[in-house]
Amino acid sequence: MSQALIDMRGIRKAYQTGSVTFEALKGIDCEIRHGEMIGIVGPSGSGKSTLMNIMGCLDVPTDGEYLLDGRRVDTLSSNDLADIRNQKVGFVFQAFNLLPYATAFENIEVPLLFARVGSRKRRRRVTELLARVGLADKAGNKPTEMSGGEMQRVAIARALANEPNIILADEPTGNLDTASGAAIVKLFDELHATGKTVIIITHDVGIAQHTDRIIKLRDGRVEGNGNLA
Amino acid sequence: MELTTLYNVFVRDFRRQKKRIALTLIALAWGTITIMLLLAFGEGLHRQMAINSRGMGQNIGVMWSGQTTKTYQGLGKGRRIRLFKEDPAFLAERIPEIKLIGGEYSRWGIKVTFADKVLNEHVAGVQPSWETMRNFIPEAGGRMINSLDIEKRRRVAFIGYDLANRLFEDQSAVGKQILLNAIPFTVIGVMIDKMQMGNYEGMDEDIVAIPATTFKAIYGDPWLDYIVYQPHDPKDMPEIEKKIFEAMGARYRFDPTDDRALSIWDTVAGNREFNNIMLGIKMFLGIIGFLTLLIAGVGVANIMYVSIKERTREIGIKMAVGARKSFILKQFLIEALMITFFGGLVGMLVSYAATEGFKSVPIQSDVLDFMGRPTISTETGIIVVVILGIMGVLSGLFPAMRAASTSPVESLRYE
Repeated sequence: MSQALIDMRGIRKAYQTGSVTFEALKGIDCEIRHGEMIGIVGPSGSGKSTLMNIMGCLDVPTDGEYLLDGRRVDTLSSNDLADIRNQKVGFVFQAFNLLPYATAFENIEVPLLFARVGSRKRRRRVTELLARVGLADKAGNKPTEMSGGEMQRVAIARALANEPNIILADEPTGNLDTASGAAIVKLFDELHATGKTVIIITHDVGIAQHTDRIIKLRDGRVEGNGNLA
Repeated sequence: MELTTLYNVFVRDFRRQKKRIALTLIALAWGTITIMLLLAFGEGLHRQMAINSRGMGQNIGVMWSGQTTKTYQGLGKGRRIRLFKEDPAFLAERIPEIKLIGGEYSRWGIKVTFADKVLNEHVAGVQPSWETMRNFIPEAGGRMINSLDIEKRRRVAFIGYDLANRLFEDQSAVGKQILLNAIPFTVIGVMIDKMQMGNYEGMDEDIVAIPATTFKAIYGDPWLDYIVYQPHDPKDMPEIEKKIFEAMGARYRFDPTDDRALSIWDTVAGNREFNNIMLGIKMFLGIIGFLTLLIAGVGVANIMYVSIKERTREIGIKMAVGARKSFILKQFLIEALMITFFGGLVGMLVSYAATEGFKSVPIQSDVLDFMGRPTISTETGIIVVVILGIMGVLSGLFPAMRAASTSPVESLRYE
C-alpha cells in the first residue's frame, strides 16, 4: 500500500475567545493519496476552511497527528511550515489574494523570491506559467486591470510557481461567473492529469463531481468520505 | 541572495506608498537638520570661545602679591608678600617645568597724547616673552618689544588695536611719537585685533606696553605687579604652583601651605572648567535636537504601524506563499531603516550646505566674532548617524515584530 500524501489522525482545532472555547474540528481522520483530486464539502461552519488551512500548514492543530508525505508536521517550527507552504503546497483562494499593487508577473514571482530562485530562472519560470494559464499577454497588468477569471488564473500560476505536490483551493470559483468558473475547473483537471494532488473546497456540485472522492464535513467531523451521493 | 530578495520586495512595496514615505522623509530630514544645526551651533560656539579664551594667552599662570594668613617661623600673619624683579629668574632656575616666565609692572591713569588727542590709559611694563605668552602679536609693519629694548631701556611703545584706532584713526601708528605723561615714546607696533575673554588688568586692546626696564626707570615702582609664566606641559601646572609656593615661601619666609600668601590664576584649570561648561551646553543643545529627532522617529514608528495594519492581508498572502516570519520582520525593519537613512541623509546634506554656506558669507559682526559660526564636526556627524541608526532600528523593530507575529490565517481574513 503506497504511503498517503496527507495522513491526519484525530485532528482537533479549538479557538479560545476569553473563557469561551470553540472547537472548529473535533477529531478528523482522513487520508489523501498522491495524485488524487478531492472535494471537501459541507455546510457553512462545518470546518472546511480550517481543515484546509491545517492541510496546507497555514495553521496548526490543537491536537492530533498530521503526516505530510510521511513527515510529521503538526510539531514543526514556523520556519519549517513556511518552507512547506513555499515548496510543497500551492494555495488558491476564493478572494484570489493577489498583491494589489504588483503586476501579474510580480505576483507569480513572489514564491520564487522566497525560494531564492535566481532572476533569470525566475523570469523563465514565470513566463512559462503565464503561458500555461493563458495569460502571456497580461504579464504587466495589475489585478485592477484583470477580470475575476484572469485573477484566479494568476493565483493558480502563483500556486504552481515552485512546482508543489499539492494544490489547495478554497472555493476557487466562488467569485466567478459560470464561464470563468468552468475555465478554472478545466485548469484544475489539467493539473490533476499531470499527477498533482488537488484538494478543492466547494459548494458547487458540478465541481464536486469532477473529483475522485468527496470528504463531507459537518460540525467539525467527517460525515462522509467517498463518492458524491 | 536574501538581501536581493528583500531589496526587490522593498522597491515593489515602496512604489505603493510613495506619498506616505515622502512625508515621513521630510519629517526625518527636518529632525536631522534641527539636531545637526543645534550641535553645529554648540561646536562653533565652543571653538570660538576657546579661541577667545586664548586671547589673553594660552596655558598661562598669572601670579600677584598676597597676604599671609598663617604665622611662620616667628613671623606673624597679615604680612604682605610682594613680587620683585629678580623673582622670575629665581623661579625659572628652580622650576624646570616652567618654559617662559616674566614680570609685569602696571599703572593706570597715564596721560597718553597724540596731536590734539589726550586719553587716560593703562600702561604696562612688559617683557619680550609677552609676544608668545600673552599673544601680544604685532600687525604687519610693526614689531613687539624685544630684548634690545629691554637692555637699552628704550622709550618705545607697543599699543593695543582699539587704542591705536582712537589715537590715530585712519593713520598708521607705527613710527609716530606719543607722549606718556609728557614723556615721548615711539610707537613700534600695534597689536592685532583679537578676541579676549579674560583679563587681569584691563583689555589688551587698550594697553600701552613699554619695556619693563623703561617702566621701572621712569616710574620707579619698587615691586612687580604680576609674574606671568607658561609651562612646557599644561599638565604640570599644579606641580608648578606647588613649587612656586615652596620656593617663594623659602625666599620670603611664609608657610608654603598658606595659599593666600600669593594669588595664582591657573588658566589651564580655568580652561578645563570652561570646556566642561561648553560640554554641558553642547549636551543640552544635543538633547533638544535629539528630542526633535525623536518626534520624527515616533512619526516613523507610527507610519510603520499604520502601514503594517493596512498591509495585514498582504503579510498574510506573503506568509501563505512561503515567507518566513524573519523575512517579514526584516522587510519592515529594512523599510524603517531605509526611510530613516534617506531622511537622515537629506537632513545632513542640507545642514552641511547651510553651515558651509553661512561660513562663506562675509558678514562682519561682533556677535559672530564672539559666538563663532555654526560648525559641523566629524564628532557631530558620527553622533547623528548613530542616533539615526538607533532610531531607525527602534522605530522599525517593534512594528516589524508585530507584523512577523501575525497569524497568516487571521491576516488573510483581514478586511
